[in-house]
Amino acid sequence: MTNLSRRKLIATGLAATAGISGLGVAARLAQKYGLIPPDHGGLYGPGETLTYASMRLLTRHSLAREFSRSQISKRPLENEVAPFSEEFKRFQAAKFADWRLTVDGMVARPASFSIDQLKSYPSHSQITEVVCEEGWSYIAEWNGVPLSYILDLVGAHPQAKYVFYFSIEPDWWESMDMADALHPQTFLTYGMNGSELPVGNGGPLRVRLPRQLGYKSVKFINRLIVTDDVKKFGKGLGSVSPEGGYAWYAGI
Amino acid sequence: MSTLKSAELPLGASVPKSTPVGPPAASTPRHSIFVRITHWITTLCFFALVVTGAEIVVSHPRFYWGETGNVLTEPLFKIPIPSSRNLVPTGYGYVLPDQNGWSRALHFQTAWMLALTGSLYVIFSLITKHFRKNLLPGKADFSWRTCVGVIAHHLRFERPSDSDAWSYNVLQRITYLFVIFVLFPMVIWTGLALSPAFNSAFPATVNLLGGRQSARTLHFFISLALVLFLLVHVVLVWRAGFVNRMRAMITGQPSPRKEIL
Repeated sequence: MTNLSRRKLIATGLAATAGISGLGVAARLAQKYGLIPPDHGGLYGPGETLTYASMRLLTRHSLAREFSRSQISKRPLENEVAPFSEEFKRFQAAKFADWRLTVDGMVARPASFSIDQLKSYPSHSQITEVVCEEGWSYIAEWNGVPLSYILDLVGAHPQAKYVFYFSIEPDWWESMDMADALHPQTFLTYGMNGSELPVGNGGPLRVRLPRQLGYKSVKFINRLIVTDDVKKFGKGLGSVSPEGGYAWYAGI
Repeated sequence: MSTLKSAELPLGASVPKSTPVGPPAASTPRHSIFVRITHWITTLCFFALVVTGAEIVVSHPRFYWGETGNVLTEPLFKIPIPSSRNLVPTGYGYVLPDQNGWSRALHFQTAWMLALTGSLYVIFSLITKHFRKNLLPGKADFSWRTCVGVIAHHLRFERPSDSDAWSYNVLQRITYLFVIFVLFPMVIWTGLALSPAFNSAFPATVNLLGGRQSARTLHFFISLALVLFLLVHVVLVWRAGFVNRMRAMITGQPSPRKEIL
C-alpha cells in the first residue's frame, strides 16, 4: 500500500514538473515568436492568447477573401460615429486639403503626408468585406496605399513590433503587429467604390485591416507611431478596445 | 405495472448483446471517470456559450442569408427584441446596455475550452472503444421492431426499465452520436467561419456555407438545435429518475451505494 502510494506520488510529481516546465518552455517560445497579445492578462487572457497565437501561426501570410465587382453592396453602410469635433469640422469645411498624416516613432525619416501626396503613390484596390463585431457586414472596393509602402518610405526600424494608429477624434486609437502592418491588404484608404472615401465611411483617411473586425479599421486617421513598446500607450493593452473590454486582436 | 408492460415490449432487444445489461461489478462505474468529467465541463461551457451567444445576438437581432447583410438590406428574419446598439431599428424606444465586450471574450475562451475538452473526449473514447461499446447501436437495434418498440415506449411516457440504467437504448445512441458527430462539429465549423482571420486562411470554410451571413444564421440555428437537445435530455433524465441518473453521471454509481454492496 505504501509502495503503491509512493509510486503514485512520484509519478504525479514527475507529471506535474513536466507539465509546469512544458508550460514555461511554451510561454518562452510564444514570447520569442511574438505570439502573446498585449492584452494577455486578466480573466480572458488565456482565450485571447490562444486565439492570437493560433491565428499568427495559421494566417501570417493568408489573404482576406476578395469579391467580384458584382458583389459590392449597393448601399455601403455608414454606421454612426460620435459627433464630430470642431477640429474635424474645420478640416471638413476645407475639403481636407490641409489634412496631414504624421508618421514617427521608430523610423529613420519621420514625415507627414497630405491626402494628395498619399494619392500620388501607387494606388492599390481591394474588394473586401467590412465585418462588424455586432454581426452585420458589407462589401466595398477600397482604394488606397498599402501601409507597408509608407513604412518603407519612412524607413521603419526592423526591430519595430507594432504600428499604432490614431483617429483625429478623441480616444480612438488602435495598434497592429508587424505581420498585419506589412500585409499587402493593409491599406491607408482614401477612396471607396471609385470615388472619394465618404466621411460616413471614414474619409478622408481610414485604415483597412480586412483580416480583422471592423473596429480595427479606424476612421479619420492623422497619426501613425511605429514602436516596439505597447506600454507607452494608454494602459499598455495595445489599444482603447481592451480598455473597454474588447479584444486587441480582432481576427477572432 | 410498468414492469409488466416493459416485459411485454421487445425492449430487451434494444440492448446489444455485447453490452452488459445489469450491474457488471460493484467497482465498474456506469460512466467512466473520463466521460463524467468531460460531460460536466461540456455542460458548463455550453451554458456560458449560450448566454454569451444570446448577448451577442442582442447587438444585432437580425439574420440574413448570403455573404452580406446589414440594416440597409432585407433580413431573412428578425427577432422582435430590443437591441443593445442604436444602429438597429427595433421599434423599441430604448437601447439595452451593451454587454458585447465580456460576452465575446467569454464566448471565445469557452469555445476554446469546449473544443479542447471535446478533442480529449474523442481521443479517449477511441482509445477505450467507448463509442463502439456504449454508443454505436448493436445489430439487433436496427430491426424495425426494436425501433418501433423504443419509440412506442417513449410515446406512452413510460419510465425506462432497469436495464436502461446500465445501457442506452437505440434512440439515445443515435441522438448522442448525432450531437457528438454532427451538431457539435457543425457549430464549431459555422463559428470558425465567422472569423475573418480563419477564413482568410481557409476560405472554403465560409464559401461552402453560402457566405458569411449564411454561416451566422446557421450558427444560430445549430445552437438552437443544441439547446433543444439539452431541454429534451434534461426532461428525459428527470423522467428516468433524476437523482439516480445524476448520481450515475457524478459518482458513477447509478443506484445508492448500499444496494450495490
